[in-house]
Amino acid sequence: MDLESLLPTLLGLAWLLPLASFVIILFAGPRLGDHGKGAAGVATAAIVGSFVLSLVAFVSWVAEHPVRAVAHGDHGEAHASADPAHGATGHAPAEEHGHGETGHAAAPPHSSGDWYTLYEGGRLKLSIGWYIDALTVLMFVMITFIATCIHVYASGYMHDELHDITDHEVHLSDGGHLHRPGRFHRFFQALSLFCFSMLGIVIAGNLAMVFIFWELVGICSWFLIGFYYERKSASNAANKAFIVNRIGDFGMLIGLMALWGALGTLHFADSTGADGHVRQGLFSQVRPPDTGHFQRVPDGLVKFSAADRVAAVLKEHADDPRAGVEKVEAKVEDWRDEGYGRWLLLIAGLGIFCGCVGKSAQFPLFVWLPDAMEGPTPVSALVHSATMVAAGVYLVGRFYPVLTPDALLVIAYVGAITLFISATIALVANDIKRVLAYSTVSQLGYMMLALGVGGWLAGLFHLVTHAFFKSLLFLCSGSVIHACHTNDMRKMGGLAKVMPWTSGTMLVGCLAIIGAGVPFLDIGLSGYYSKDSILAQALLFSRENPSHSILFYAVAGGAMLTAFYMFRLWFMTFAGEPRDHHVHEHAHESPPVMVYPLVALAILAVVSGWTLPGGFGIANMLEQARPAGTGETELGRFLFSGLVVPAEHESHAHDIHVTASLVAFATAATGVLLAAAMYVWRVISPAAVAAAVKPVYTFLANRWYFDEIYRFLFVLPVLGFSRLVSGVDKGLIDRFIEGLAWGAKQVAGFDAWIDRTLIDGLVNGTANATWNAGYELKKVQTGQLRQYVMFIALGTVAIFVLAGLLFRSSIAG
Amino acid sequence: MMVFGVTCACLPSAIPLPPCLGIVPLFGANPFTDPIGLIHYLIVGAVLFTAGVACMALKRNALGILMGIELVLNGANINFVAFSSPYLRAEGTPTLGLDGQVVALFVILLAAAEAAVALAITLNFYNNHATVDVDRADDLKG
Repeated sequence: MDLESLLPTLLGLAWLLPLASFVIILFAGPRLGDHGKGAAGVATAAIVGSFVLSLVAFVSWVAEHPVRAVAHGDHGEAHASADPAHGATGHAPAEEHGHGETGHAAAPPHSSGDWYTLYEGGRLKLSIGWYIDALTVLMFVMITFIATCIHVYASGYMHDELHDITDHEVHLSDGGHLHRPGRFHRFFQALSLFCFSMLGIVIAGNLAMVFIFWELVGICSWFLIGFYYERKSASNAANKAFIVNRIGDFGMLIGLMALWGALGTLHFADSTGADGHVRQGLFSQVRPPDTGHFQRVPDGLVKFSAADRVAAVLKEHADDPRAGVEKVEAKVEDWRDEGYGRWLLLIAGLGIFCGCVGKSAQFPLFVWLPDAMEGPTPVSALVHSATMVAAGVYLVGRFYPVLTPDALLVIAYVGAITLFISATIALVANDIKRVLAYSTVSQLGYMMLALGVGGWLAGLFHLVTHAFFKSLLFLCSGSVIHACHTNDMRKMGGLAKVMPWTSGTMLVGCLAIIGAGVPFLDIGLSGYYSKDSILAQALLFSRENPSHSILFYAVAGGAMLTAFYMFRLWFMTFAGEPRDHHVHEHAHESPPVMVYPLVALAILAVVSGWTLPGGFGIANMLEQARPAGTGETELGRFLFSGLVVPAEHESHAHDIHVTASLVAFATAATGVLLAAAMYVWRVISPAAVAAAVKPVYTFLANRWYFDEIYRFLFVLPVLGFSRLVSGVDKGLIDRFIEGLAWGAKQVAGFDAWIDRTLIDGLVNGTANATWNAGYELKKVQTGQLRQYVMFIALGTVAIFVLAGLLFRSSIAG
Repeated sequence: MMVFGVTCACLPSAIPLPPCLGIVPLFGANPFTDPIGLIHYLIVGAVLFTAGVACMALKRNALGILMGIELVLNGANINFVAFSSPYLRAEGTPTLGLDGQVVALFVILLAAAEAAVALAITLNFYNNHATVDVDRADDLKG
């Protein structure tokens, strides 16, 4: 079996296994083992199966396309890793073509196709299909690996749910606490569905399918955040997450409609229809191979936005439609030069990005993610840090070839604002999970910024490494919460002695997220490599565009803030003396089933950024999937005409790379030292600092008042409007209906009166009369035989006499 | 009833009739002077019938009542037989023929069966009440 048909089979199976698990648990959940304990086994088996299949796919991919180092001097070399043989196996050819101006003149090696066509008509086609390249394979391995760790971890963490639970956070009206049955199987059911949906986004071959699974992960997130739905805060958080995501998805729908309406396709890659006609996918429409994958507005968009001029041309040639169409085709190039379709392409790109803003918790829609921490910690680790929230970044990466430089600049600024705001909030948060949540938002901002400044590889590289260390950090925090039964870091401290494994692995996670490493030796934890490449790209970008150099400062400042709040978290939790002895006495190391995943993730948090001497590494593997034509310097030609989006390989230039490394090291070290000074050495008192800048502190502690602002701007007006509507409903419509009901009731009362008095009287009267008659008549029946005979005799005589009197003439006749 | 009606109509014309009965023609004959004919049989039947009815109405003994019934039935029988006889009717007048005699036989049969059932009932009644007085047999009154 060649790779072309092997990959969809392997990854398709890996994709569907969690669905099977979901279905099994859905129908047999509580009957699986004791109190549904078997559900964990089923879900874990399914995800382990997916992981093994993904690993096989990964190995076969690497065997077919050896991952080698990239020589940065040569543009074409970016794809040197692609095996020439795959041209014969049906992959898009990836041999290096022209050098210099045309750049990467080849699509990355990939496999695409459709499993099932939902609809096909004219030039429109909707299908369930796949688009598999190195990025997909890598994401599959990453997601299934983390999901496996978290399934194992959760089977220990969710142990309480195996029995009936008294939820002490739910106060009932009678003053008691809620007592409910455990929901162990439900948790794993939702987790399996989530894995299926998430893998669906990654494997999707077209945007419609992405959208379907996008919504599916949204609903899974809703299920999981609201897992303790009896708690008001949890159900509110779930609804908030869902509604905020809907806002983003609305933008995404606009983008989808723009593309669907104008281009008639949502497929990433070219596909062959049932009629054998090749439909151009999004990538080759926006970056056609014949222009060296140089981005341009596709014909469809040009014609769509120049609709009136197209109509005018066709009207001119009304007598000969064929000539008219040809004329239109000939004029498309002129119209494109005039700028038709540019807005539409920008709107399509920003629309899709809107969805990513919601899902990846970017400014201004990031408010849902910290609240999402109401869910169980394994969920926070898997869904709300490592995978689902990364789906937005993934989609921007996948959709990258279609994004114009203008859209990229917007993305970069959104990322910068997000990373700065959330990092500052994380500085003062006291809830251990909220610190991590804001840190996640901030890191997602990093990724978006990286993508926005042209660092396609840097952004996605950081996505992968971040997934490992952030899920590690969340699982560690879960372990701490499991031991302390509180989220408040002010009650922790000194836990390193009682929880050596947790504190050790969490330290690894903290070091990874701040990008600890040795600058000149170029050795560090995974975050070091990915964060350095982001810094380098941002530095390069701000050199090319001095007016946007604030982006670089945001990244550098963000790095320092990250280092500070992560080590503040670690020091407050694990170092120093116990702040609350009651908590400390009860703390204990978590069971092995929870520690093993920590260790596994810690190892990956260290090594996932490394590039082996042969060139094997995640970065180089990702380079294989770089969309055709995006490795080049792009010039803004529309709104921001001076904009330069530098080619990513230029950031590897020595001076930039070294500067970035030094900046990263210096900022991280400053942050760590500051945290140590405040929380270990106690040279600086945190309280004094907080008091000194009290307004700022209050501002940050209240999370920049975002929730309040949104409440004032959106929630309250909506609630007010709802109240108005409900007032109309209650005051007008209900009154009217109540009036109608009252009238009907009166009529019915009158009817009832008639029924009771007239009709019933008639019937009862008849019955009474009959009864009385019978009662009187029965007296005649004396039982005296002789009397009867007398009656007969006299009656006969009487009849004859009467007959004689009445019918005299006839008888006489 | 037909018999009863005919009986009423056969009263001797010498006896003044109430005006209401004057409507029934007496065929212009006098039973006391005419030779024995149909009318005389009818008179015997009527007398039997009347005696039977009187017996039923006046006797308190159940057996007496049964006897009254026999009289009534046989009064009717005489009428049937008389109407079926060709000798008692004028030449050319239609008669009941054999039909009348067959009906009379049926009535005898019926009377026998009736007597059997009635005697059984009477016996049962006697067993229960130690009497055959029909005046005390009023258990079925309304």
